[in-house]
Amino acid sequence: MTNSNLGATSKDMLVVDNLKKYFPVRSGLLQRVSAWVKAVDGVSFTIREGETFGLVGESGCGKTTVGRTILRLVPSNGGSVFFDGEDVFAMGKREFKGMRRNMQIVFQDPYSSLDPRMPVGEIISEGMMIHGIGTSAERAATVSELLKTVGMNPYHARRYPHEFSGGQRQRIGIARALALRPRFIVCDEPVSALDVSVQSAVLNLLRSLQSQFGLTYLFIAHNLSVVEHISDRVGVMYLGKMVEVASRETLFRNPMHPYTQALLSAIPMPDPDYQKERIVLTGDVPSPLNPPSGCRFHPRCPRVMDVCKEIDPPFEQKHPDHWVACHLYTEAVQPAPVNGAAQSA
Amino acid sequence: MTSVAQPVILNDAAKDEKQESQIRVIFRRFRKHKMAVISLILITIIFVSSLLAPVIAPFERDAIDLSSSIRPAPPGTVDSQGRVHYLGIDHLGRDLFTRVLYAARVSMSIAILVVLISETFGAFLGALAGYYGGITDTLISRVIEFMLTIPTLPILLILSAILLRRDVVIPLPGFVNRFLSAMLLAPEREAQKVVMLVFILVLFGWLGAARLMRGMALSLSKQDFVEALRATGASDARIIFRHIIPNGIAPILVNASLALGGVIVAESALSFLGLGVQDPTPTWGNMLSTSQSYMFQNPWLPLVPGVFLVIVSIGFNFIGDGLRDALDPRLKR
Repeated sequence: MTNSNLGATSKDMLVVDNLKKYFPVRSGLLQRVSAWVKAVDGVSFTIREGETFGLVGESGCGKTTVGRTILRLVPSNGGSVFFDGEDVFAMGKREFKGMRRNMQIVFQDPYSSLDPRMPVGEIISEGMMIHGIGTSAERAATVSELLKTVGMNPYHARRYPHEFSGGQRQRIGIARALALRPRFIVCDEPVSALDVSVQSAVLNLLRSLQSQFGLTYLFIAHNLSVVEHISDRVGVMYLGKMVEVASRETLFRNPMHPYTQALLSAIPMPDPDYQKERIVLTGDVPSPLNPPSGCRFHPRCPRVMDVCKEIDPPFEQKHPDHWVACHLYTEAVQPAPVNGAAQSA
Repeated sequence: MTSVAQPVILNDAAKDEKQESQIRVIFRRFRKHKMAVISLILITIIFVSSLLAPVIAPFERDAIDLSSSIRPAPPGTVDSQGRVHYLGIDHLGRDLFTRVLYAARVSMSIAILVVLISETFGAFLGALAGYYGGITDTLISRVIEFMLTIPTLPILLILSAILLRRDVVIPLPGFVNRFLSAMLLAPEREAQKVVMLVFILVLFGWLGAARLMRGMALSLSKQDFVEALRATGASDARIIFRHIIPNGIAPILVNASLALGGVIVAESALSFLGLGVQDPTPTWGNMLSTSQSYMFQNPWLPLVPGVFLVIVSIGFNFIGDGLRDALDPRLKR
C-alpha cells in the first residue's frame, strides 16, 4: 500500500490509491482483445472530509472514469479506494450496497439522467425504497422536503421529468443524490450542460448543500473558472494520469506542472484590454490507446527534456500539500525555476 | 429544513391544476385518437358478441339447414321456419352469421393468447440480452437470427404436421384445459390442439418483440438514469422490470398490435391448409379455406370472414397507434 506516499491522514475521507481502469478494444471475428485503452492509469489522491476536490482535465483524460470507478459503476483494473478506511473494492455485494448510501453521484446530462417514465417523486424516493428507508408516507414527506431544499416545490413530485428545464432537472438529480443522506457525492460535470446563468445557481446550491449537510464533493469539470469557484483542492489530469494536486490557491497562483501552466493560461479574462501571455500547446492529445513513452505529456511539453521521453515521472509531494509528476522538479535533474517562467509559444 | 436556494419560478396556474391519476391521463390521451377509439369499440363489439354467440346466434353452430335447395345460398335466404340467414349459408347449409361469430371467438382467443405469450416472452429475453450484453446477448441474438433465417411457413407446416396430427399433448393443469375447451366451445381434445397451435405460433412469434426490446434495452442501459439506479444499489431485476421494460414497451405495443393481425392470418393460413383448427370448429381461416371452391360464384362466402379479419387486424393496428401515443408522457396534448 502506498498510502504513506499520499500523506493520508485521519482527515481523509476518501483515499484513491493507484487506481487503474483499462477498457478493452476488441476486434476481429472472435472479438479478441487487441488492445487496451488506459483511461485511468495509476491515479492517486485523497479527499478530506467536508472539502470539495476539483478534478480537471480535457475531454477524454479519464476524469469521468475516475468518478465512476470510485463508485464501482465500472469495475476497476487495479488500485484501491478507501472510504473511511474501508476498502471499497474489497467489499462483497451486500456490504457494498450499504456503502452506496454514503456515496452518490450527480450526472452531467440532465436529460438522460432521469427516467422519463417516472414521476419526479418516485425518481427521488426510489433509492429510499431500495434501502427500505421509511414508510411510503415518510418517503413522500422526505421527497417534499428535498424538493424544497433544492429550490423547487413539493407539488413538482407528481410531474414528469420532461416538464422541467435543464436546470430544474439538475436540481432533481441533486435531490435524488441527497435522498440517501450520503456523505460523499461525485459531481460529474454537473453544470457543463447548463446555461451560464443557471450554472451559477446550481453551483451555489451545491455549495449551500455542502455546508448544510456537511457533504464532501469530488467535483469533475473541464471549466477552470467553475473549479476555481467551488473547489478547496484541485487535481489536474492528463491522459489517464494525475499530473498535479494542490490547494486551489496554490494551484491557481503557483502551478508547477507545465500542463497546468498551459491550462491556466488558457482561462479567458473578461477584460478585452488584458493582454495575457498564453502558452499555446502544439499538437493533439495522443491517443490513450498508444500513450507516449516516459512522461505522457512530453510530445507537447514546452520544457521537455531528454529524461522525459524515457522515464515516467513519479507523482510526488514537492511542497507541503502540493503533488506534481514532472521531471523539472526531480532532484536528479538540474533544478528549474519553480514559477512558470517558460512561456514559449 | 429551510429552502436554501431561490425557489424556481414556475407558472403558478399550474399549481392549482388538479392532478390526475396516470391511468386517467392515458385514457384521456387515448380518447383523442379517433380511429383507435372506433377500432376499440368495433373489436370489443365483435369479441363480446362472439363470447355471447350461443345467445345471439340465430342458429346452432353446426346445424344444417335442410330446407334450402341451394347451397351455398346468398344472404337473406329464409329457412322453412321463416328464420333469416343474415349472411347466407355455406356449402353444407350452415348459417354463416352464426359461424362467423363462433369463429371470432376461436380466432381472437388464439391471436390474443399467442401475442400475449410471445410478446411477454420476447420482451423479457430482449431486455436480458440488451441489458446484460456479452455472452447473454450473443446467445439470445444468435438464436433469434438463426430462427429468422428459417422460412416460417414450411416450418410451421412441418411442426403442425408432426405435432397436431400425432396428437402430441402439452401437459397443462386440468382447469386450463377445461377453461380453454369452454372458451372455444370445443371438446378438450380439440382444445389441446389449439394449445399446440398456440405453442407453434409462439415459437416464431417472440422474435420480433425480442429484437425490438433488445435494441431499446441496449440504448437505455447506456443512459445515465440506469447508472444512477446502480449507484443507489438497485438490483438488476428492478432496473429491468421497473425501468428498462416500461421505457421500451412502446414499440412492443405497436408490434403486438401488428402481430395480432398477423397471427390471425397465420392461423388462417394453417387452417386454410388443413393443419390448424379443423372443421366443424370454425375459425376465420378455415371458413376462408372451405369457401375457396365456391368463391367465384358466391363471393360473399370468403367476404364474410375476410371482412371480419380485415376489420380486426386493422383495428388492432389503430389501437396500437393510439396506445403508443397515450403511453408516452413526453407527447403532451
